[in-house]
Amino acid sequence: MSERGHFEEHCFVSGHTACAGCGQSMAARLVADVAGKNTIVTNATGCLEVFSTLAPQTAWGTPWIHSLFENAAAVASGVEAALIHLGKLDSIRVISQGGDGGTADIGLQALSGMLERGHDILYVCYDNEAYMNTGIQRSGLTPFDAHTTTSPRGTHSSGNPKQKKPLVEICAAHHIPYAATASVGNPRDVQTKVKKALDIRGPKFIQIHVPCPLGWGSEPVDTIKIAKLAVATGLFPLVEYEYGRLLRVTKLPSPKPVEEYLKLQGRFKHLLKNAAELKKVQEVAQKNIEYYGLNSKA
Amino acid sequence: MFSVLAAIPKSSSRNRTGSWRSLVKPHYLQKECINCGLCKMICPEGCIEGTEKNQYSADLDYCKGCGLCADICPKKDIEMVSNQGTE
Repeated sequence: MSERGHFEEHCFVSGHTACAGCGQSMAARLVADVAGKNTIVTNATGCLEVFSTLAPQTAWGTPWIHSLFENAAAVASGVEAALIHLGKLDSIRVISQGGDGGTADIGLQALSGMLERGHDILYVCYDNEAYMNTGIQRSGLTPFDAHTTTSPRGTHSSGNPKQKKPLVEICAAHHIPYAATASVGNPRDVQTKVKKALDIRGPKFIQIHVPCPLGWGSEPVDTIKIAKLAVATGLFPLVEYEYGRLLRVTKLPSPKPVEEYLKLQGRFKHLLKNAAELKKVQEVAQKNIEYYGLNSKA
Repeated sequence: MFSVLAAIPKSSSRNRTGSWRSLVKPHYLQKECINCGLCKMICPEGCIEGTEKNQYSADLDYCKGCGLCADICPKKDIEMVSNQGTE
């Protein structure tokens, strides 16, 4: 296709139509490169599907299939069953992936079915915290008080009134071998967790926090900084579950105030002048820190 | 009604997304590089090449100029310069 080295090196290549500074395309490449060529990917509808496969072109170098919004995990289950029948599951891994809407809202029953039936699949959720592809509507994973087009800020509203769905806990509650959260703010951690998950047999789930410059109203150059701050403030805890038990968390000895995270994003602009709402967001972070024991010494 | 909905792997290479760049582009100084590979790892386009110290460079035919490589470089060996002039 091209004599350029970077096309040979990656399993997810240049020429896709993501925005500049897209956290999702960054995470997709981290996952694809760790998984390698011997992987079959099934994709839910979403930004990732739209920008990576502008028909009749594709940015993927691995077998890749998209069917519907809700059934990426079900399609992957079928792919895995076929690989078992062919006796090739030892050499080929199956990855199913989707955005936050395709995973936590629309695709949740297919995902739950996949986890419950015990298929040998890694499900990766790229969590950009709204339906970005259709115009930034709120999803089950949109954080508290974030402005989206269906939870707009105004005189009677300060953004999304609901809390973020605890998706990793929902998946861990199936007592699967591995469920974890990761963030593109720490790319090496993403790759370590994906590698670890692919070495485990059975259903695995990883939720990766991926900033979206367009939907979050942030500068493309701040993508990594924002992802790091989400972790450092306690708003996106990095946790690892094995067989339903919380085994490891990334500790926060001195959590940063949430303002540092919020002030970089247009979707939280209205909070900076509203001390009462700001306090509520700080409470969300504090609740996470206490619930997951992020500040305990051990 | 039905047609083949398959694509050649990596065929997106024909989209020269470098034309999207508006203000800045990365300039690899190639002086202080320690070969950590972070720029290559996080580039959302995956258009950075290089495997040895001071050998990294970005493929400007695809770079959208987000500036993340310059932001993450621990040695500040990448700087964003004006996109005007060359090409």
